[in-house]
Amino acid sequence: MSEMTTDSMGATDATDAIDAMDAGPAGMVSDRDPTDAPVMIHLDGVEKIYTPGADPAVEKLTLDIHKGEILVLVGPSGCGKSTTLRLINRMIEPTSGRIIFDGEDVTDIDPNELRRRIGYVIQRIGLFPHQTIAENVGTVPRLLGWDAKRTRTRTDELLDLVGLDPSEYRDRYPKELSGGQAQRVGVARALAADPPVMLMDEPFGAVDPITRDRLQNEFLRLQAEVQKTIVFVTHDIDEAVKMGDRIAILRERSIVAQLDTPARILAYPVDDFVDDFIGSGSTLKGLHFERVSGLDIPEYPVVRRDTSREDARRLLEASDNRWLLLLDERGRPARWLNDTHLADTSRPLHEIGPVVRALVERNATLHDALEAMITSSAGQAVIVERDGTYAGVVQIELLTEVIGRMRQEARKHYERLEAAQESGASSSGSGA
Amino acid sequence: MDGVRSWFGFVLDNRSGILERTIEHATIVLGVMLAATLFSVLLGIVVQNRAAAKQLSLSTAGVLLTIPSLALFAIFIPLVGIGNRPAQIALFLYAILPILRNTVTGLDAVDPAVVEAARGMGMGQTQQLLRVRIPLAWPVIIAGVRVSTQLITGVAAIAVLVGGGGLGSYIQRGLTSLGNPFSIERVWTGTVFIILLALSLDLVLGAIGRRTTSPGLR
Ligand SMILES: Nc1ncnc2c1ncn2[C@@H]1O[C@H](COP(=O)(O)OP(=O)(O)O)[C@@H](O)[C@H]1O
Ligand SMILES: [Mg+2]
Repeated sequence: MSEMTTDSMGATDATDAIDAMDAGPAGMVSDRDPTDAPVMIHLDGVEKIYTPGADPAVEKLTLDIHKGEILVLVGPSGCGKSTTLRLINRMIEPTSGRIIFDGEDVTDIDPNELRRRIGYVIQRIGLFPHQTIAENVGTVPRLLGWDAKRTRTRTDELLDLVGLDPSEYRDRYPKELSGGQAQRVGVARALAADPPVMLMDEPFGAVDPITRDRLQNEFLRLQAEVQKTIVFVTHDIDEAVKMGDRIAILRERSIVAQLDTPARILAYPVDDFVDDFIGSGSTLKGLHFERVSGLDIPEYPVVRRDTSREDARRLLEASDNRWLLLLDERGRPARWLNDTHLADTSRPLHEIGPVVRALVERNATLHDALEAMITSSAGQAVIVERDGTYAGVVQIELLTEVIGRMRQEARKHYERLEAAQESGASSSGSGA
Repeated sequence: MDGVRSWFGFVLDNRSGILERTIEHATIVLGVMLAATLFSVLLGIVVQNRAAAKQLSLSTAGVLLTIPSLALFAIFIPLVGIGNRPAQIALFLYAILPILRNTVTGLDAVDPAVVEAARGMGMGQTQQLLRVRIPLAWPVIIAGVRVSTQLITGVAAIAVLVGGGGLGSYIQRGLTSLGNPFSIERVWTGTVFIILLALSLDLVLGAIGRRTTSPGLR
């Protein structure tokens, strides 16, 4: 009995894992609102002035980071991202303001103890070259006084988690690793004592684009499993869009220009600075955040193997479309047919017309759908169920509509926010 | 050829004396090196991240090396009398610079990202020093110790002039009795055994260095 339970639980886990993978390498579509979770780190008017009299590197920053979210700080080089990050684990001390970590003022916690509770990953990794991979990963556990056996078990578990076979890598030295492997070890080391919070400063900035993409995907998959609260610094807006549950776009002196979900920022940049920073193609990037399943798909004329040419022609004439979709005997999309094909009586219908290649599943993103559309001979993508049977057709007009709707929704969201702020400001004004 | 044969004869006849002098010489060198290593490494650690102190200590150690050895040996006689003591003090001062310089260089060369990571994981200053910075600087520090040892082993021959012992006594007796039998053999004996001692100490230190350096740094 108990064995059966274990088995069925195992099966559930496996399906979940597949689902997570199906959500796309980036897992870009997320319906959960990160700000629903409780606040994990609260920055309250934090300011950092390195040189007295000079401009602050961080100016009066107030920011909430919620449990389990990846908050990305993105902005041009020198805008104060690293400074902001390093204030959280007291690598530097603020000039003024307070930082509350899980309900405690960080200045009430011994800095070394605080840092052992916060994973820290930096671009240049900083693995200890004189220690083996296992010793590197076991650094914080050793500082915390874990016994050797527990440290070892944990180390192997983490190497597995970041995709490095422990039996092969445990006893190697950092110089024997590639850049990508070294950064995986860096992540494993930061996770060693299972800290609730991770600070990551351009962690994938020093590797080639292909490795970076792989590391990002792996990290998102890992995060789906470990559910840490993560503050992630990058200067790359694409990385921010991909990694962030929310993005804070920073201008100089670490001033927040816009703080929101990637989808809303792409749909509605609040000012020219943000607009310039996210650059061209933001509309296209925004399509990553909508799924085919969310579309309202209109009827499309389809015919089957047994439909007569007469009926097919009538169907095509009655619709505003240039193409009919022919399904095979199992209900799967087979070929596109236009009036030329229908007029060609030399062969049966299922042997003429371009083969349907542009297929997308319901959980695909609109970006996938657009890509399929562009490559399709009929200029439209066919949606299929998991078993490959026909579910609908997406046309470019539908995407245009969705883009318009996304923009409008984002704008309304900001109008509501503004209205709330104004009434809040006036009520606090009258209270004072 | 004859000279070589008579030198071997001299060495064979005096082997117990030579062994005694060699041990004496090695004892002086090792004692001085132990003290100088401890002192210089600690000083290096203290001054490494203080620009002014670093500059001052390195220049001072440099100046010490330029003082003629005979003079430096003699300077301490009024303070500590004759014997091995003034020699040891002088040798100690000579030994500082290579170790100090290499300690500072070794610590300077530690990748700041590694120290940042160590600090970011919650290591205190001492832990950073003992677990990360010293182990990383170690190959360079030990190289400095080897240079100092070579230097000191040679210069220690002068110890005899201030009343100390060691292999220098063969050279001194040979030089003061030039023309007499075995005078040249004496000079050669002192010289050759000092070189042999220096080479052996270097081999031993080399082996220690390899044993105490992480394979990750090789
Ligand atoms: N240790 C420091 N001392 C003085 N100024 C610093 C220091 N670190 C950073 N700064 C300055 O603070 C500003 C923000 O730097 P930083 O936080 O590193 O930016 P970012 O990570 O966004 O590139 C820059 O103008 C930088 O020159
Ligand atoms: Mg930075």
